[in-house]
Amino acid sequence: MNAVKYALGACLALLCVMASPAQASGGHVAGLVKAEIDLGDTASLQRGAQIFVDRCLSCHSANLMRYNRIGQDLGMSDAEVKERLIRGADVKIGSTMQSNMSAALANTAFGVVPPDLSLTARSRGTDWLYSYLRAFYVDPARPLGVNNLVFKDVGMPNVFWREQGEQVLTKDAHGEAVLSLAKPGSMSPAEFDGMMGDLVGFMSYMAEPAVLQRKSLGLWVLGFLAVLFVLLLLLKQEYWRDIKK
Amino acid sequence: MSEQTVASPGAVSGTTEPSVDLRRRRFLTGAATVVGGAGVAAAMVPFLSYWQPSAKTRAAGAPVEVDIGKLAEGQMMTVEWRGMPIYILRRTAGSVAELAALDGGLRDPGSEVDQQPKYAQNAYRSRTPEVFVAVGICTHLGCAPTFRPDVAPADLGADWKGGFFCPCHGSRFDLAGRVFKNVPAPTNLLVPPYAFMTETRLMIGSDAEAQA
Amino acid sequence: MNKLFQWFDARLPISSFWNAHLSGYYVPKNFNIWYFFGSLALTVFVIQIVSGIWLTMNYKPSAAEAFASVEYIMRDVEWGWLIRYMHSTGASAFFIVIYLHMLRGLMYGSYKNPRELIWIFGMLIYVVLMAEAFMGYLLPWGQMSYWGAQVIISLFGAIPFIGPDLALWIRGDYVVGDATLNRFFALHVIALPLVLLFLIGGHIMALHEVGSNNPEGIDIKKHKDADGKPLDGVAFHPYYTVKDLVGVAVFLFFFAIVVFYMPEMGGYFLEKPNFIPANPLQTPEHIAPVWYFTPFYAILRAVPDKFLGVMAMGGAIFALFLLPWLDRNPVRSIRYRSPLFKALLAMFVISFIVLGWLGMQPVTPLLTFMAQFFTILYFGYFVALWWMSKNEKTLPVPERITR
Repeated sequence: MNAVKYALGACLALLCVMASPAQASGGHVAGLVKAEIDLGDTASLQRGAQIFVDRCLSCHSANLMRYNRIGQDLGMSDAEVKERLIRGADVKIGSTMQSNMSAALANTAFGVVPPDLSLTARSRGTDWLYSYLRAFYVDPARPLGVNNLVFKDVGMPNVFWREQGEQVLTKDAHGEAVLSLAKPGSMSPAEFDGMMGDLVGFMSYMAEPAVLQRKSLGLWVLGFLAVLFVLLLLLKQEYWRDIKK
Repeated sequence: MSEQTVASPGAVSGTTEPSVDLRRRRFLTGAATVVGGAGVAAAMVPFLSYWQPSAKTRAAGAPVEVDIGKLAEGQMMTVEWRGMPIYILRRTAGSVAELAALDGGLRDPGSEVDQQPKYAQNAYRSRTPEVFVAVGICTHLGCAPTFRPDVAPADLGADWKGGFFCPCHGSRFDLAGRVFKNVPAPTNLLVPPYAFMTETRLMIGSDAEAQA
Repeated sequence: MNKLFQWFDARLPISSFWNAHLSGYYVPKNFNIWYFFGSLALTVFVIQIVSGIWLTMNYKPSAAEAFASVEYIMRDVEWGWLIRYMHSTGASAFFIVIYLHMLRGLMYGSYKNPRELIWIFGMLIYVVLMAEAFMGYLLPWGQMSYWGAQVIISLFGAIPFIGPDLALWIRGDYVVGDATLNRFFALHVIALPLVLLFLIGGHIMALHEVGSNNPEGIDIKKHKDADGKPLDGVAFHPYYTVKDLVGVAVFLFFFAIVVFYMPEMGGYFLEKPNFIPANPLQTPEHIAPVWYFTPFYAILRAVPDKFLGVMAMGGAIFALFLLPWLDRNPVRSIRYRSPLFKALLAMFVISFIVLGWLGMQPVTPLLTFMAQFFTILYFGYFVALWWMSKNEKTLPVPERITR
């Protein structure tokens, strides 16, 4: 019997080892920077929503996300959402977030239709997004003059070049490709990282708006089940006193 | 052990403790049933709420804005709100004045039944005397009544001063949507919440008070 | 109230059913933790049926609308996210519970005479459950759904002569398409659940006919008291109903942790590429089936020949059906079996898990070699069991249950 228990224990340990390093699919690609996201930080998510509307929505859409849902989840009234996110555009508060650019026009400009961003944080992962947004560099060989270390030959320009400045590709001592800041932008690297953190945080929320509700409700459910467990265990023990071992 | 002890019922002889504490057993059974039952009830909430109108439905059912600047006297227009036809009628001063004379033949002339917002519970069932707004669904069985502004037509009789006639079962309403006696419809036509944004722009589905 | 009950009881076998299957159904008193998984499987089945019915209320089984309708449930429908996560977590939970339930059978010889038919029913449930899960996995119509279905259906194309026509017939289209989605939906929501229900009924009826095995592998019907009740048995109700409820509470606790805090389970329960709508023109970089299929997928890939690979995969499942006759030793419980048997079973479990891991990895020569090695170990279990169980040196099995 002990042998089996050890074998099972070994299997369990094996499972844990196998499960921990690599995520099943997509995988944790080496070189991605971990995005520190706090979905409890409403102010950060609000800033992220603002950045998303100002900078991403020009070309991309988020056609699964409704404006008023953002307000409800991130503590903004409908009037605030109208003022800060819709800003006079002829868009209803309950509408989903549509791009300001037609697909055909975008196709001409970038050679591809910019993808809908509703679920990108879930399909790519937040680490990928965060790393990608910070990995643009100057590359005169590309049509738009920039390339990306995370997403090679991407069709998207660096929309944050004013804040970030211009990065160039160099090699470090080990011959690894690294990016270095050639021309500083209006923000310090730390400020810029914070801005991208806000944006990725918002996109993470947007990919699963129920996440806030889910996490706050979970504790109650677990607490309830714990109480139920204790009661049922006492009940079981009470009945099983009838049975002699 | 209390005096409430008996030989345990289901257990096998020989493997049985001599007695059990029934009181404790009953208490624990009750407590587990109550807590478990509360859990089941709570778990039902998401499943029942699931049937509520979704965010998409609610967005589609949001108030609609209507321009009534081109609506001439005596004319009616229909707009859709929450999938329902909304009749907007600009009555003539004459037909508004005639409304009071019909009171005797009506089922609910004073609009006592709650079929309109407070601000429309008056002689002409609207915010302003001329512009009348109502849900174009007969209160009998849900057909759409036709607008019949013609006075004393052959099919409706000499007393007809203009109003709404339901082709399905013959219910009749006056130009304020008030139901006549001796027709199947039980109540006046429903007046939806609405508000004037400007003199010529109506917001259907929202009271002015709720407007931010 | 009592009269009303009597009126019904005279016309419907209520009290006799209650007596035969609950209060008068005697079960060995020594069940351990492994014996929770039967009732837990039933619990998950109920969760899946209820949450599944609710999901169909907003799901649209068409290629154009399926993906968006799932996100509609996740976002716009009140509490839709909870019901969807219950269903997606339930799918994986079902297999975890079933695999542990089956391992229990292997450990304590629950498949042996007179319980062969219970085992066969159980294996049929497992196979239908795999079909049910596979078809359900297509419904979200994401990239993984789409390409997973494409690959698995192509397996049927490996069958000689009829293969290509068979695959075409299953799809109803030249690639996985709207027709495939629509018929998988019908099978997933009604046909296969009905089959499962009947098989579960058969599984339990067969069990109640011969009675449960136990960790000692002792037949409790051999020693009865004056009333004809097994001396080492206890009534299922109330003793095992209250005990199983404790198990259900523990299970729901872990289930809730996943639903509320890790519904994607790091990409194992909900895979990242499945948040991209199905695109018939672009395969994701790396596709793998959901975790519960990966042991068999690894066996498939381990064999270099397409047809033989499919045969090996089918054989890996079919071999389990034969267990009652491959294991020729009458001693049921692992507690009284030889060290060799224990080693073989441990080897089998390890190879199953390693194959499961290999099935998720991209193909490399080393990993393919590993897959071949563990495939041999997997099948080796059945061969070695048949060979060694005939003259196995076992410990004496006690007459009565003492532990």
